[in-house]
Amino acid sequence: MKLAIVVNEGPYTHQASDTALHFTRAALEAGHEIERVFFYHDGVNNATRLTVPPQDDRNLQKEWTELGTTHGLDMVVCIAAAQRRGILDANEAKRQGKDADNIAEGFRISGLGQLIDAGIQADRLVTFGD
Amino acid sequence: MSTLHTVNKSPFDRPSLTSCLNHLMPGDAVLLIEDGVIAARKGSAFSSPLEAAMKDCSVYVLSPDSSARGIGDGDMVSGIETVDYGGFVDLVVKHDRTQSWL
Repeated sequence: MKLAIVVNEGPYTHQASDTALHFTRAALEAGHEIERVFFYHDGVNNATRLTVPPQDDRNLQKEWTELGTTHGLDMVVCIAAAQRRGILDANEAKRQGKDADNIAEGFRISGLGQLIDAGIQADRLVTFGD
Repeated sequence: MSTLHTVNKSPFDRPSLTSCLNHLMPGDAVLLIEDGVIAARKGSAFSSPLEAAMKDCSVYVLSPDSSARGIGDGDMVSGIETVDYGGFVDLVVKHDRTQSWL
């Protein structure tokens, strides 16, 4: 079955990003297809490559990147939510005149249409948030 | 058409479980996750509403979250079933849609 995932909460806030990660992993293990993982609202904070959590803590951004690259997941960050929170790829950094970008490998920035499309294409849409 | 409802906050923190229970249709399922698992403890103010819901709906608890909070199977309102993340995925597949009460 095709599943789409929405993540509305940042890492280390409560537990939503962890739950979404575990759920996505379990769905892949069960043989389901992940149509898209859409990061919205504070969820876009999962996509910065500049996080440095303590060594004995989980590194959520890295775990998302590893899961995404291993399974070829389409991990989309909402552009409007990302710009508000300073999540930029190289193109956006240039366009906005910023001196750096910070998006992590495996994520791409796009619009809210990608969430609507995921809802249409997938058999189930599951939201994780605060 | 049946719906899987997920609740992720304690009912003592937010009214999301109460809202969820008020919207249940026969055949629906409720899955308590994250701090939502607090509601599963037997003897609390939420035991009766959950027992009432289980007359025509199923109630599940995500076991990694209940274990992390020290709630064992014997501490829960009777009739509540536990699932792991794989079971969570199966519930999403089994029901026609998922409603997250955020």
